[in-house]
Amino acid sequence: MADRHIYPDSPELRARWGNFAWTEANAAKAKEIVARYPEGRQRSASMPLLDLAQRQVGAETGTQGWLPIPVMEYVANYLDMPIIRVVEVATFYTMYNLVPVGKFHVQVCGTTPCMLRGSDDLISVCKAKKMPTGGVSEDGLWTFTEVECMGNCSSAPMVQINDDNYEDLTAERFEGILDALARGESPKTGTQEPGRHTVEPVGALSSLTAMVNENHDYRGEW
Amino acid sequence: MALQDKDRIFTNLYGYQPWNLAAARARGDWDNTKALMERGRDAIIQEIKDSGLRGRGGAGFPTGMKWSFMPKESKDGRPSFLVINADESEPGSCKDREIIRHDPHKLIEGALVAGFAMGARAAYIYIRGEYIREAETLFAAVAEAYDAGLVGKNASGSGYDFDVFVHRGAGAYICGEETAMIESIEGKKGQPRLKPPFPAGAGLYGCPTTVNNVESIAVAPTILRRGAGWFASFGRENNKGTKLFQISGHVNKPCVVEEEMSIPFSELIEKHCGGIRGGKDNLLAVIPGGSSVPLVPADQIWDAPMDFDGLRAVGSGLGTAAVIVMDKSTDIVRAISRLSYFYKHESCGQCTPCREGTGWMWRVMERLRKGDADVQEIDMLWNVTKQVEGHTICALGDAAAWPIQGLIRHFRPEIERRIAEKGGALREAAE
Repeated sequence: MADRHIYPDSPELRARWGNFAWTEANAAKAKEIVARYPEGRQRSASMPLLDLAQRQVGAETGTQGWLPIPVMEYVANYLDMPIIRVVEVATFYTMYNLVPVGKFHVQVCGTTPCMLRGSDDLISVCKAKKMPTGGVSEDGLWTFTEVECMGNCSSAPMVQINDDNYEDLTAERFEGILDALARGESPKTGTQEPGRHTVEPVGALSSLTAMVNENHDYRGEW
Repeated sequence: MALQDKDRIFTNLYGYQPWNLAAARARGDWDNTKALMERGRDAIIQEIKDSGLRGRGGAGFPTGMKWSFMPKESKDGRPSFLVINADESEPGSCKDREIIRHDPHKLIEGALVAGFAMGARAAYIYIRGEYIREAETLFAAVAEAYDAGLVGKNASGSGYDFDVFVHRGAGAYICGEETAMIESIEGKKGQPRLKPPFPAGAGLYGCPTTVNNVESIAVAPTILRRGAGWFASFGRENNKGTKLFQISGHVNKPCVVEEEMSIPFSELIEKHCGGIRGGKDNLLAVIPGGSSVPLVPADQIWDAPMDFDGLRAVGSGLGTAAVIVMDKSTDIVRAISRLSYFYKHESCGQCTPCREGTGWMWRVMERLRKGDADVQEIDMLWNVTKQVEGHTICALGDAAAWPIQGLIRHFRPEIERRIAEKGGALREAAE
């Protein structure tokens, strides 16, 4: 099981987050989310609403966001469910940040398929840059987490930074991306292999060549 | 004979063309879906049964038969649900992501057809939380389908009302287990339920539910259009159809590719992946079906047919057809130990053998990796894997045990060598 702890409750935390409420846009979003589930089953919305809340905290703090206790309480009240049921969900699922994170949450996949393709080098880059795990770097930019398989195995190794994936990385390419982010740029997402589109074999295609230049309809050949 | 492009189902697999409804329609999706539904529920299920389609999520249960377990009609007013498993988290697996981000309408059309066949009122597509951009595409594609009247009230003009909802996970491998997934949609921790009752009797919100993998659902409309005989013309008996293979690790060109079931491992690698890095003789071992299946040494995998029975014959399994290739530069003990860490991290904590066992097994694996152990501990580890296996509510315990068993079965001399090197001699001298 993942080792996770919630951020201690304190008067300062209450002072900062005690007045948390949906923004106007998120209030509409929350309503739409709850409507996805049958009546009386609004508890189903706890996961998407925690995500929404984390994103709102992120927008307010200029980071990926996290879940202070008062925010979890707000979600519990909103869904009319006991706070402990919300805390259970927040602590069980690893994408909910239980402590503050940096502007960029650098999540390096270290599971075997990425390991075989060189994720050790990527982790070394993060360590060399002194990105802390479970904390924020002094400049407020970085939090590093080694995560489990992200499902990008055919374009490994990969890193997810906030909402975007960077695939087919080398230490050099990764450093380039981190530097660009630090400068406030938006580096190209997806595969970083020159000439590669997504997960096709690099170089000459071994199948579906007709699809490259036109939206080919194969039905005529059935 | 190799699979031809015209027989590939996922023609936009690499995303060279747009995913949107107009482009998907031009490729043949949503083409008179009403006519498919007019064949009737039983005819659809029979066609899927005849096609020989087996579940693409790992277990390989016949899809048509699974659909037929759902109640024909509700006797007590409870609705039925279809849950689509897009919680793709098995290390090595990366196929559902390509379907969702490049061909989402195949999945949504499949959801309608499958949901109609089993009499479901709605489908929930459970997509793993880390697929953030992919989920954005899926939400947008579902909205397109609603706007075009393809799903929703009177879906595709069929007179059948059917909703499609997307539910995002938040980073828990265990939610790929069907009852954990149901718990998660209900807004709880993703801890698997005891079975029975099976989901087809009491699943989501206590209602009859079928959980299917993305690929199983997304291929259904094409099977109905082209006929069971077409699909069954690929692959060996009991292993029919086409399949998305995902090749990662030490090949020259890792990729995702749709191929015929039962294609020999060597052909898959040579044709699509540019061969093993450093040549055939440099191959050490292969994990042929995602992290949960035991590894297979080079000499046994080379000619093996990549299907359910062919890989069972070499002591492994097809799983999700996530092929992890390891060449001779691999620290094989570390490669498996890293998987042990994965299972330790992902154990939901409900059953003691798994919660305690996965951590224990990983710690011993780490000592074996460094050779910092006693030779008897290899047997002790083997015994513990046998005590975890089969003694937990879900299959995560089994999945944690099997890779280690595969390692000990095939690479015991390597583990013993490390122990001897580290100081087995030293210890003997001290005695």
